[in-house]
Amino acid sequence: MAEAQPTEDAFARSAGRQLLLLGLAAVAFLIVLMLALQALASMVGSSNTSAQALDPATNTITIALREEPPQLNTTITTDAVSGIVLGHTMEGLLRMSMDDRLEPAIAHSWEVKPTHATFWLRDNARWSDGSPITAADFVFAWKTALDPANASQYAFLLFHIRNGEAINKGELPTSELGVRTPDPHTLIVELERPIAFFDKMVTFPTYLPVQEKFYLQTDGRFGADAEELLYSGPFNITSWVHGASLMLEKNPNYWDHERIRLDRINFGYITSDATATLNFFKDDKIAYTTLEAENLDNALENRWQIKREQDGTVFYIEFNHRDTRVTRNWNLRRAMQLSLDMDELVYKVTKKPGYIPGRSLFPGWLMGVNDYLRKEYPAPEQVIDFEAAQQHLELAKQELGVTEIPEIVLLTGDNPVSNIQSEWVQATLKKRLGLDIKIDKQIFKQRLAKMTTGEFDMVLAGWGPDYDDPLTFGDLFASWNLNNRGQYDSPEMDSYIRQAQNSVVPEERMAAFGAIQQLIYDDIVILPQYERGVTYVVHPELAGVKRRVIGSEVDFTNAYIVGGGD
Amino acid sequence: MAESTAQANQFAPLETTEAVQTISRPSLSYWQDAWIRLKANGRAIFSLYLVIGLVGFTLAGPVIWNVDPAAQDVDQISLPPGAARVVTLVPESSSWAGGSATGSGLHFAEPPTTQHVRLAWDAVPAAAEYRVYRTTYSIGPERALGLPLFETTETYFEDLLDLRPRNYFYSVVPIDTTGQEMDTFETIEGTLERVITESEARDRGLLLPGETAPMGTTYTLKWHPLGTDYLGRDMLARLMHGARVSLFIGFLAPILYVLFGVVYGSTAGFIGGATDQVLMRFADFVVALPFLLFMILFKVVFAVGPGESGIMPMLLAMVLLLWPATARLVRGQILQIREEGYISASRLLGAGTGYLVLRHMIPNTMGVILVTITFAVPSAIFTEAFLSFIGMGVAPPTPSWGSMCNEGIKTMLTTPHELIFPALFISITVLAFNLLGDGLRDALDARMRNRE
Amino acid sequence: MGRYAGKRIVQGIITVWFIATATFFAMHAVPGDPLSGEKAMTEQIQSNLKAKYGLDQPLMTQYAIYLANIARGDFGISFTQENRSVNDIIKEHFPVSATLGILAIFFAGLGGVLWGALTALYRNRLPDTIIMFLVILGISVPSFVIAALGQLSIVNLNDLTGISWLPIGGWGTVWHMIVPSLVLGLSTMAYLTRLMRSSMLEIVSADFVRTARSKGLPPTQIFTRHQLRNAILPVITVLGPSIAAITTGGFVVEIIFAIPGLGRYFVQAVQQLDYTVIMGTTVFYGGFLVIMVILVDLIYGLIDPRVRLE
Repeated sequence: MAEAQPTEDAFARSAGRQLLLLGLAAVAFLIVLMLALQALASMVGSSNTSAQALDPATNTITIALREEPPQLNTTITTDAVSGIVLGHTMEGLLRMSMDDRLEPAIAHSWEVKPTHATFWLRDNARWSDGSPITAADFVFAWKTALDPANASQYAFLLFHIRNGEAINKGELPTSELGVRTPDPHTLIVELERPIAFFDKMVTFPTYLPVQEKFYLQTDGRFGADAEELLYSGPFNITSWVHGASLMLEKNPNYWDHERIRLDRINFGYITSDATATLNFFKDDKIAYTTLEAENLDNALENRWQIKREQDGTVFYIEFNHRDTRVTRNWNLRRAMQLSLDMDELVYKVTKKPGYIPGRSLFPGWLMGVNDYLRKEYPAPEQVIDFEAAQQHLELAKQELGVTEIPEIVLLTGDNPVSNIQSEWVQATLKKRLGLDIKIDKQIFKQRLAKMTTGEFDMVLAGWGPDYDDPLTFGDLFASWNLNNRGQYDSPEMDSYIRQAQNSVVPEERMAAFGAIQQLIYDDIVILPQYERGVTYVVHPELAGVKRRVIGSEVDFTNAYIVGGGD
Repeated sequence: MAESTAQANQFAPLETTEAVQTISRPSLSYWQDAWIRLKANGRAIFSLYLVIGLVGFTLAGPVIWNVDPAAQDVDQISLPPGAARVVTLVPESSSWAGGSATGSGLHFAEPPTTQHVRLAWDAVPAAAEYRVYRTTYSIGPERALGLPLFETTETYFEDLLDLRPRNYFYSVVPIDTTGQEMDTFETIEGTLERVITESEARDRGLLLPGETAPMGTTYTLKWHPLGTDYLGRDMLARLMHGARVSLFIGFLAPILYVLFGVVYGSTAGFIGGATDQVLMRFADFVVALPFLLFMILFKVVFAVGPGESGIMPMLLAMVLLLWPATARLVRGQILQIREEGYISASRLLGAGTGYLVLRHMIPNTMGVILVTITFAVPSAIFTEAFLSFIGMGVAPPTPSWGSMCNEGIKTMLTTPHELIFPALFISITVLAFNLLGDGLRDALDARMRNRE
Repeated sequence: MGRYAGKRIVQGIITVWFIATATFFAMHAVPGDPLSGEKAMTEQIQSNLKAKYGLDQPLMTQYAIYLANIARGDFGISFTQENRSVNDIIKEHFPVSATLGILAIFFAGLGGVLWGALTALYRNRLPDTIIMFLVILGISVPSFVIAALGQLSIVNLNDLTGISWLPIGGWGTVWHMIVPSLVLGLSTMAYLTRLMRSSMLEIVSADFVRTARSKGLPPTQIFTRHQLRNAILPVITVLGPSIAAITTGGFVVEIIFAIPGLGRYFVQAVQQLDYTVIMGTTVFYGGFLVIMVILVDLIYGLIDPRVRLE
């Protein structure tokens, strides 16, 4: 046996060589694997993501959605992302114009009377399969939405129609709905009571038409896939790869198709991550994205054209007014009102551009009689006074018969923004009033459960408009409103709301809203925090993009590529 | 062939003529030996110092750096370490009803400060509205005016949004009656001065009650050695206080569930047969349970009230739900070791079960166990952060490293220090554990004993 | 072996039944109404919705109906995606997660074994130190930071060079998979590297390796036949559950890279309390995990003849 024992080093070297060989084999294997996966991937449905943000050759734009639409059944839809897709593929009786005015759509003219509203439909309005859109399609859609078996959450929006509420409660059959169709192109809607803004209501998705024949043929899958829908609007969905993409193509049967300049809208990516969407924009993969405060510097550095709009939503701290809660005490609420400086919150803490410090339940964009409601009825100014706050706190302690205010529960959600705000409220009230605030962070459904049962003292809440009338905010704190989670109950408030609901005289109604705004401040029903704004960037060669407060939050139906296609 | 048989009585012990070989060095027990080997390992000693440092940071830190980790300093939000802190006293800002001067174009109505920037400009005849922009970069030919701040029908504007002591470019663009921006616009450049008003100075304790100071007096704001977070809270204080939660959960949870996994896995592996089958199927069952769902359930079961710390239920949930991976791993090792020659030998020599497991099997799986613990540390820290974020861990304002990371990620590009510091501490912890683990493994490894 | 596999499959079915039962009752014990929405609903609509999803039945009846349905392979209709069946969700999104996961597992497995073996060979020397440093960095930084950084670096690369090297998100071709699967497999790779290193070190001083050496076997043979083969065993043990976890989706990676995988449904379902999706994905995951564990045990028996399957 003459062979020497290999030394440690020699051993390591030899083993190293072998590892290298193994590594090379592994790389070769990976390449084969990837080729196999490529073959596999081409068989599984894939998204059309190779496109650039703008493609003038095919007149296509690519956009990202933050979530997938749960479904596109117009009779039960509730969420904003479905609202975007439906806003591009569906059209109802009326629509909002580029300058936010009501304009004719499927109905070429209309009138609203105290007892009924009449809509005259176009002869040339067609579904995407070429069949005519008739008054019966609206009647069917509304009956379906109100049918208790359908359990639509937004059925309440149809309660303005006579017998709507009774049908939804199962007290009357759907055939009793107060709508008449004297001929296929005339639709008469009997109203439950006079309503000033019924024409604005019909732009809401729940009012969109549905063809009965098609609906029945989908066998319960209406709106679940591209082929389970019939389109009345500018675009058809030609492919819907769940979780990945939706491809929209111009609808040749749309009555107003000449208005539409884009041939395709590719909702090519679905991601809720703000930084990822920004990266897609930077990489020229999408033509539009919203910006978060933390991405602003990046956007400035890239010298993008930034735009800003209000998104319509108001955020506020809602108090629990139930008997058992300390927050029922007015002086305690007043002490907090005098301590929480919403300017500091908006300008220094959340630092989001476009956010307006909250002064009122009614956001600034709402229209009054002739001008903005907030111009006609200015909101009470914010007063910050720590000494007065202390005095109110002392009064509150006396009234409550305590030497120390017990711990107050602040209910909040699990998103970063409410995180920052709740910690700011906690620290500020501790510093100014010595109050101990317990932050109760809950995920979505658990937070809703607690809001419903009233297990909170204060809750960070927000409200987005359903329709373009101050009433969409104004009736929030009616004693009968189920969204009045703090169960604020005041005859004064209720009477103003009734006035706003029942009157059709604009001056009377706006005066009522002005009174509601003042009462909310005086009685400290809530503490308005801010009106949310949105900053976004659009590809420099894409024009005609419109942000909306109501309806599809972003609207590309009038968009076009500058100097391309068409 | 003469046959001879050896008889016992033919043998006699040899006379002892010299001293028996004496043990010149004291006999070392297993643990003494391990300790000596650990001391000889430079990396392990380094890691020991790291661990001591971390413990000191956690326990003694808050005593030395006595700053309230929940105190918010709204003058210094998201400031990196070493930012300038000198402020000038200015009068109380009163509400402003617009500029008076006309004919001078876009100008600052007052010197721009971090308190407010007041702009005024001349009316443009055809304009229905004006849009005010702000940027920190000079405006090039692409007309990148920056951030649109506001639309106004007046000819003045007051900017309050997140003002920093730096250079800003403000532009005012007239908008025509159709809502289109006109081509002409004015731009002005200005550097903001860091200021504080008298009431703010009193509030921050810079100006004592009854004391007055002339305008223009300069003060130095509170010092934050590692900068501040998104609410102006001291990062160093938060890191120190956050260490309690993070190290508690980061050490205890992994050690407990890995320990449980080791016991469970070695039992299954050693006993084998039907018991092994039942135990491992139970482990499969636990792995497949949705963690988040059961976390919510634990919180309900333990009746964790709003704002109360859910750290104990969280610890329990982690221990109850995360052990199966270790158990599987240890069982696999035990199955392998069980068939080794030395086990059979030991068994033949009459070793009992306990001796076999403790003396042979566990030490031989130690490497794998330590690796598992090492990896469980950061994962426990991040699980805590995630659970706290959805309201199932520590209640705010109690900080933890994981949740500081969570918050820091959002501003990763603009204020990286909010992410880097907590991540650094987590890395140091993991590093310390890793090196210590390696050292311990080497020291405890019975086979290393006779190698020197 | 066949009998063993058969026995394991029967055990697996019982395990899945246990998983389904525990999840079902835990889910119903969690507070919150799965049918609630941001805007309040009248009691009428609430009860209509309950009737629509069968939640008006007694709990035990719901359980019986559910078991009967999954026995037939029907997971029901999603609560949040109202008109889609859970079967469709799994059918459409699992292949995506699985494809991504397979690639990630191969990156992790091969990388882990190679790096681990390398660090063991060069123990306490420079390559070891460098790799260990990277490993520690890799596990101390949360996966979403790594994912975000991964994406950002591709964006900057594309931006700087003016050429689109790799897509930064979306799904369709194998190029879309490279970065996400690397990110997804990274922490597992780090774990396997450490595990492999440690198990290699045990083996280096094992009796049979010393025997092999003293017999004068060529180093190559000692290394592959004895060391690598034995050291790889714990890696394989861990791989089973990891495969199940990774191929059913990395939530973070799917969100950041806009990948239509199963992971996001898995996480969102719990947050939304979507009963049918929770049950569907959990049972599916449980079943998949059980199969993976059985496969790993069978492979174990093949690699290590000492481990008898019985």
